Amino acid sequence: MLALVVAHLVVAAVLPLVSRRSRRAAFGVAAVLPAATLVWGFAHLDAALGPGLEETVTWSAALDLELGFRLDALGLVMIVLVGGLGALILAYSAWYFGKDSRDAPRNSALLLAFAGAMLGLVLADDLLTLYVFWELTSIASFLLVGQGGLHRANRRAAVQALLVTVFGGLAMLLGIVFVGESAGTYRISEIVAAPPPGGVAATGVALILVGALTKSAQAPFHPWLPAAMAAPTPVSAYLHAASMVKAGVVLVGRLSPGFADRAEWWVPIAVLGLVTMLIGGWRALHETDLKRLLAFGTVSQLGFLMVLFGSGDRIGEVAALTMLLAHGLFKAPLFMVVGIVDKVTGTREVGALSGLGRRLPGLAVAAVLAAASMAGVPFLLGFLGKEAAFEAFVHQGGARGWVLALGLLAGSVLTVAYSARFLWGAFADKPGVEPVDPRRPAAGLLAPTWTAAIAGLVLGSVPPLVNALAQPYAEAYPATDATEADYHLALWHGLSLPLLFSVVALAGGLALHVGRDRITGVHRALRHPLSAQRGYETAVAGLERAATQVTGRVQVGSLPVYLGVLLCTVLVLPGVALVTGGTWPQDQSLVSSLLQLPLGLIVVAAALALTRVRRRFTAVLLVGAIGYGIGGLFVVDGAPDLALAQFLVETLTLVAFVFVLRRLPAHFDTQNGTGSSPDAKPHRGVQLRKAALATVTGVFVAVAGVVLTGARQQPPAASGEFVARAPEAGADNVIAAILVDFRALDTVGEITVLLIAAAGTASLVLATRFDRKREAGGGTPEHEREVLG
Amino acid sequence: MSNREPVPFAQWDEPEGEWTLPGACPVRSNRTLMLEAAARFLFPTVLVFSVYLLIVGHYAPGGGFPGGLVAGLAFVLRYIAGGESEGAEIGSRFVVRPPVLMGLGLLVAVVSALAPAAFGAPVLASAKVSFDIPLIGTVDLVSSLLIDIGVYLLIIGVVLDLLRSLGSGIERDAREAAGEEAGP
Repeated sequence: MLALVVAHLVVAAVLPLVSRRSRRAAFGVAAVLPAATLVWGFAHLDAALGPGLEETVTWSAALDLELGFRLDALGLVMIVLVGGLGALILAYSAWYFGKDSRDAPRNSALLLAFAGAMLGLVLADDLLTLYVFWELTSIASFLLVGQGGLHRANRRAAVQALLVTVFGGLAMLLGIVFVGESAGTYRISEIVAAPPPGGVAATGVALILVGALTKSAQAPFHPWLPAAMAAPTPVSAYLHAASMVKAGVVLVGRLSPGFADRAEWWVPIAVLGLVTMLIGGWRALHETDLKRLLAFGTVSQLGFLMVLFGSGDRIGEVAALTMLLAHGLFKAPLFMVVGIVDKVTGTREVGALSGLGRRLPGLAVAAVLAAASMAGVPFLLGFLGKEAAFEAFVHQGGARGWVLALGLLAGSVLTVAYSARFLWGAFADKPGVEPVDPRRPAAGLLAPTWTAAIAGLVLGSVPPLVNALAQPYAEAYPATDATEADYHLALWHGLSLPLLFSVVALAGGLALHVGRDRITGVHRALRHPLSAQRGYETAVAGLERAATQVTGRVQVGSLPVYLGVLLCTVLVLPGVALVTGGTWPQDQSLVSSLLQLPLGLIVVAAALALTRVRRRFTAVLLVGAIGYGIGGLFVVDGAPDLALAQFLVETLTLVAFVFVLRRLPAHFDTQNGTGSSPDAKPHRGVQLRKAALATVTGVFVAVAGVVLTGARQQPPAASGEFVARAPEAGADNVIAAILVDFRALDTVGEITVLLIAAAGTASLVLATRFDRKREAGGGTPEHEREVLG
Repeated sequence: MSNREPVPFAQWDEPEGEWTLPGACPVRSNRTLMLEAAARFLFPTVLVFSVYLLIVGHYAPGGGFPGGLVAGLAFVLRYIAGGESEGAEIGSRFVVRPPVLMGLGLLVAVVSALAPAAFGAPVLASAKVSFDIPLIGTVDLVSSLLIDIGVYLLIIGVVLDLLRSLGSGIERDAREAAGEEAGP
């Protein structure tokens, strides 16, 4: 499974080479892997529906880190969405982006990379593995929504999506650590089998839930999803309808078998899920942009799925898996329809489209199939899911069951209404609106749309197919009675309450649609004192204000103040520890080699002279002298590796200093700007305070150096072991063995830090150049070239 | 050479030949013959020495970090002698963008760290191959040398980036500031 995920990422990395030849071919190549994943998934059907197919790669046994994957029924359904719909949408993209589109190379590579990350997410059986892929999908979403960064709408939407989902992701990471540590394992299957008790685990579960709710756009985090519609339509269809936004729902589905009976788990899920379903449905009724209408529909359906997956009820979970599959199979083609409408008419506005149904009947039929599945019309997959959902909560009964059942009924009424509104808005003849004159849509756009829509019809007409997938998944939940144990998806359950609910939903929804003008009037009359979007904007603006204030207070722009704060911290924290806990080593001799004396004298003399100099250049040279003196001491003490590094770094520092000195005044005294005269002396008291701080810190560092070398807890044999094992690592030089073998992880970490520091320096020096010169402005090609090298 | 204009006396000691590879050095009075000539000979020598340090690291003091620093200092010498050039081609006509070099270094290090996982070994595990070369003797080739090579490349990139930002960048800033003050 890991190989499959990595293959996605590797092919995505080389895809730009294909794009250079042909942009369509790039999408074609990209579609191969998701399709292969689908085939692979069904080749392992027996294992997936039975015990599950596991794979573990222990990549760091010492840190107990592993990549754990598991293919089960839920994973298989998600593979249908990620792989199957992914292949269709990539094929669709080949025609959606033109032959010469400049966006095509980026989108093909990113979509495939996203498919890989998403595949890893749905197969992950290890919470940390899941988290890594979780954030990768967030980043892919950011890049795909942001596109080239040319348009303000794209940038704002991308940042909002990233901020909200990464906020949730970080909360989730904390929760994962809480849950994983209290359970003693990060394996999802093991955690679910023996859910950890206690307050820490409960907090962790709640934090994980924050991640799931933000990712799946649940109220009050939902506004990022409609905003993300700024992305190209295939991206919306794939990420923001079929797969990525399902991640939160899937996570809830993975963990529910262990936590569904806990109030801190099911109460927020049920309440927020239901509220989201109603808000999303209500907002969808008033959108005039077809794509935003669908986006609010997605928000609504995600709330529905959240309620189902969190129910912990046998029938409810059957409904959950069915609706998960159904939603992908109807929402993806609906988005593709919007993309085609947009392409052939140039608009997605309800008010501007008229008579499209008669001009493009084929497209209209596909849209009707998909929208009917969304509305829950019999013989379509959505109907099976909705029936099961009603059955679950009606059967469950009690206050919880009835509230949820009636809430879902209200949500379904809204769903039917906005499904009707979508079809009416896109295809109906509207009086007083000029009929549109569409171009003929390409077959490459129509074929994937039809395939997905037909799949919903076939699966909906033959219930046993989906039943075979849904039952093994739901068996994780105990059946409380015979009705639950015997429940099967079917077109006809007899005359029953759920059937009545379905009829009410369809009739009520159509009635709402007929009275749409009056409903919109009601919507306008409501003032909306609470708005989630405004909440997000207020929060971000408040954060920025707080950051500005804190920066203003903390960053005073005076190097002596910064240094003073640093040194005082050093004195207060380790200093106190040293005074209270340190012991002077017994065998500390004053001098171990005569050569240390002249070298030490050089260092001390240079340091003393440093306090008297007025020229910056002299000061830099003296600092260099101190460094070389210390390097000499390393040589005397028999540390040639250290000395070599010290000499080289000292030289480079000297050169860097000299470079910078070219832009600084020659003397220290003129630092206060042009106003003060060159020989104005700093205030005596300030000088004394600085001298005192410097002396105390210097003494502290020296004492700490001696005390800490004596504070060895492990016997020095530990380094003896290194020496003994160095030849084993192929190095006769023990230092090299430590750097690149025993402590190689540290080395890789250090060079990463170095890279970040260098990039930061270059950005600070180069990127601000154009900001200072207003007429040139940042973001010009020259500016970009300079910053990038 | 014969139909050259006579050099004014005040400029008789200013070098004219292209001693440094990038060649471009607009202000002739800023050139110093000694430094340029020395850089011309030292530059390749120091680079070879840096590679020696990189390889010898497994037997004696050295390794990727000192090796990279030494190579970087060679470029610093070239920069000081050759004057400003457009960041990317400091020290040679062979243009490598410093960020690319840094990224390449990190990539080599990380990939070589992860590679053992593909063979079922733990991450960062190393393998050793010993073979005999006539006249030189037994040579150990250790896979962890790749990490050292990554460090080496990254350090060179860091130094070149330093030359680009603090070197040429500040120089250009200073010139522009001077130009603004002199201008209207």
